[in-house]
Amino acid sequence: MIPEIGHFALILALGLALIQTVVPLYGFARNRADCLAVAAPAAIGQFAMLGVAFVSLGFAFYANDFSVAYVAANSHTQLPWFYRIAAIWGAHEGSLLLWMMLLSCWSLAVAAASRTLPREVASCVLAVMGSVSVGFLMFTLFTSSPFTREFPAPGEGRDLNPLLQDPGLVFHPPMLYMGYVGFCVAFAFAITALITGRVDSAWTRWTRPWTIAAWAFLTLGVTLGSWWAYNELGWGGWWFWDPVENASFMPWLVGTALIHSLAVTEKRGIFKSWTVLLAITAFALSLLGTFLVRSGVLISVHAFATDPARGVYILAFFTIVIGGSLLLYAIRAPKFEAGTEPVAALSREGLLLLNNIFLVVAAAGVLLGTLYPILADSLGMGRISVGPPYFNKVFIPLTAPLVVLVGAAAVMAWKRTRAELLRSRLWAPLIIAIVVGVAMPLLTVGPGALAAIAGCVLGCWAIATALEDIVRRCRGRRIMLPRHVLGMALAHIGVGVFVIGISLVSGFGGEHDVRLAPGESTSMAGHEFTFMGTRHVEGPNFVAEVGDFVVRKDGEQIAELYPAKRRYNASGQTMTESDIDIGIWRDLYVSLGEPLSGDAWSVRIYYRPFIRWIWAGGFLAAIGGLLALSDKRYRRRADAPARRAVATDRNDKAAHA
Amino acid sequence: MRWRLVVPVVVVLMLVVLLGYGLTRRPDILPSAFIDKPAPEFDLPTLASDRERIETSDLKGGITLVNVWASWCVACRSEHALITQISRRTGVPVIGLNYKDTEKAALRWLGRYGNPFAVVAFDPDGAVGLDWGVAAVPETFVVDEQGIIRYKVVGAITPEEMNKNLVPRIKALKQSAS
Repeated sequence: MIPEIGHFALILALGLALIQTVVPLYGFARNRADCLAVAAPAAIGQFAMLGVAFVSLGFAFYANDFSVAYVAANSHTQLPWFYRIAAIWGAHEGSLLLWMMLLSCWSLAVAAASRTLPREVASCVLAVMGSVSVGFLMFTLFTSSPFTREFPAPGEGRDLNPLLQDPGLVFHPPMLYMGYVGFCVAFAFAITALITGRVDSAWTRWTRPWTIAAWAFLTLGVTLGSWWAYNELGWGGWWFWDPVENASFMPWLVGTALIHSLAVTEKRGIFKSWTVLLAITAFALSLLGTFLVRSGVLISVHAFATDPARGVYILAFFTIVIGGSLLLYAIRAPKFEAGTEPVAALSREGLLLLNNIFLVVAAAGVLLGTLYPILADSLGMGRISVGPPYFNKVFIPLTAPLVVLVGAAAVMAWKRTRAELLRSRLWAPLIIAIVVGVAMPLLTVGPGALAAIAGCVLGCWAIATALEDIVRRCRGRRIMLPRHVLGMALAHIGVGVFVIGISLVSGFGGEHDVRLAPGESTSMAGHEFTFMGTRHVEGPNFVAEVGDFVVRKDGEQIAELYPAKRRYNASGQTMTESDIDIGIWRDLYVSLGEPLSGDAWSVRIYYRPFIRWIWAGGFLAAIGGLLALSDKRYRRRADAPARRAVATDRNDKAAHA
Repeated sequence: MRWRLVVPVVVVLMLVVLLGYGLTRRPDILPSAFIDKPAPEFDLPTLASDRERIETSDLKGGITLVNVWASWCVACRSEHALITQISRRTGVPVIGLNYKDTEKAALRWLGRYGNPFAVVAFDPDGAVGLDWGVAAVPETFVVDEQGIIRYKVVGAITPEEMNKNLVPRIKALKQSAS
């Protein structure tokens, strides 16, 4: 009964989404306020219906209702309850439901904030979001309903993919999707701008907070994903340039470019059509990511379902939504290009233009590498796997200059900056960056690779310049700095921390594979690892061999590690559970390979200096985004009558100029 | 309408054509000229095993599964667990053909993910792979007790493929042999 309620709620949601799309657009064309007013209630109704569907599926998982095919395929009575709930998004159908659920959350948020917008803008944005929702709801209902029953119901489920039985699964996909789907709001604002023909500073002020929110969630999601891969996959790596990872990374790159170009459009009224194009592109890449994951065009460790019918549907949907939007763009964008003045090289807009070029070219490089296997295949060059060497070669030269630019971000003024000012403010951070950047690796991990130390200096440069700006602005001020300034500084500090992390982990990290019998030891980077033996442990839905390792440094015991090899009862799959001794300066990572003759095992030991900094950087950047989001400037018109926002726009522009 | 603004539409259309092409290329429906023919001759050194070499005659005398793989191949990682499962369910040994790889990388891969193979033939320049008509890695061949190729999977083995085709076919071959 409950699954049928869920299915019925999905059908109702589709109806409401259709209303949310069609009626407001009709109202907009005919200038009828009553039709425009339908958008917000429809969005609220759609949210409620999707909520019912989501809870129904959650209940089916919780109650082990294996007559639902999706539950039978992804759950098991022995699976702990929190994984049973997280299993909702453990495979294709449920992830789609999560996607739509989050889309309706964003719609709800837009509907709630619609009082601060002119009614036709709010309704138009909701209509565009509704149309995306229609596409996904139809996709779910026609090709991949999570509520399909299976008769006769199996007595036991086939269990959730063991790879996904990790706390990471509980948080990573919702955050990532929140970011993916969040770009739909920026996209809807862009389409609204094309329809109404208005890109003014009021428009950018509405669009910016939504974009920053989506970006912050995406940053969190990508960071959590990298963390999860490190913990769970047992390869000691944190990023694999896997097609699905790239699918989440490309929208991030373009989204970052969008945040920066929105700033230019708001302050200087230029780059308008470029900003609109970026907003469309960011969402296009989110949809493309969905296509790549669902269609099985590319083979990856994450690939979910490989059903050609689904691939064809998503491709058609992608073509209509993105092709249509870009066509609209081609027709309407010339409106926005009214007599732009030249951009000075030494100005904040010049700097941000460079930032945009680097970010977009980097995203294009990742896209090319991701799609290259299909391209090569279609040109008859055979099947080729593009690996990390390509991405590292393309990506590092493109992002290193970007980090140099980050340092100049705070100093550069709009319109024009004098070179002396740059010199007088940047020499101190530069010297600090060089001293700290060279000293830090020498003191913690010892002398080594020059490229890694250069990367470390670069990271310190980003941090030092951001701190200089904060310190200088705080001097002689009583009141707090505005939050958007702090947020920007924090995000840039995050970039610096991240760069230090990747430089040192790739320059100084070490790993080796070794055969160890009980009582034997091996050493790595000054640490001695002794293998004490293994014991047999029974978990809720698996049995495991758990190894016991003692780690000593200078003869003193500093950690005990228990890596395990698990065998899941339902699927018979084995999983490697590594164990990690976590530290600010280094991680020690042990994972069990295969049992060898006697009681000996093949063991892999990794030494990962500064790896925590990579995720710390990601979290700092996301917190920076959320901090900027909480700034009063995005809410200052909340109680003013909505229409005045447009009317006062001209004065506002004069004030900024 | 300015032409420069049309560029994004054109780019997206090209992308769609490319992706659409990618969708039509289901690797598993490529016909193979090798089915029901004797396995092509080979004589290769082995990887990480006590035996020195492996040759065509070693395939005879029992049903075997030949899996072509490489450490650089992402798809091989995804079918890795299933290979072990098939071998366990049918009792048929799996012979690996390590294709265009280096010994160090291959051994490391086996160390990382586990070794599902009874023995691995080492084919660094891909010469034997060429004789076997390997178009893409991974590929999997079912060879019967007379050394004749009976079935072939191009691309990574999926659970459906394993349950619907591979395992039933191997079991049927076993029955007809005994």
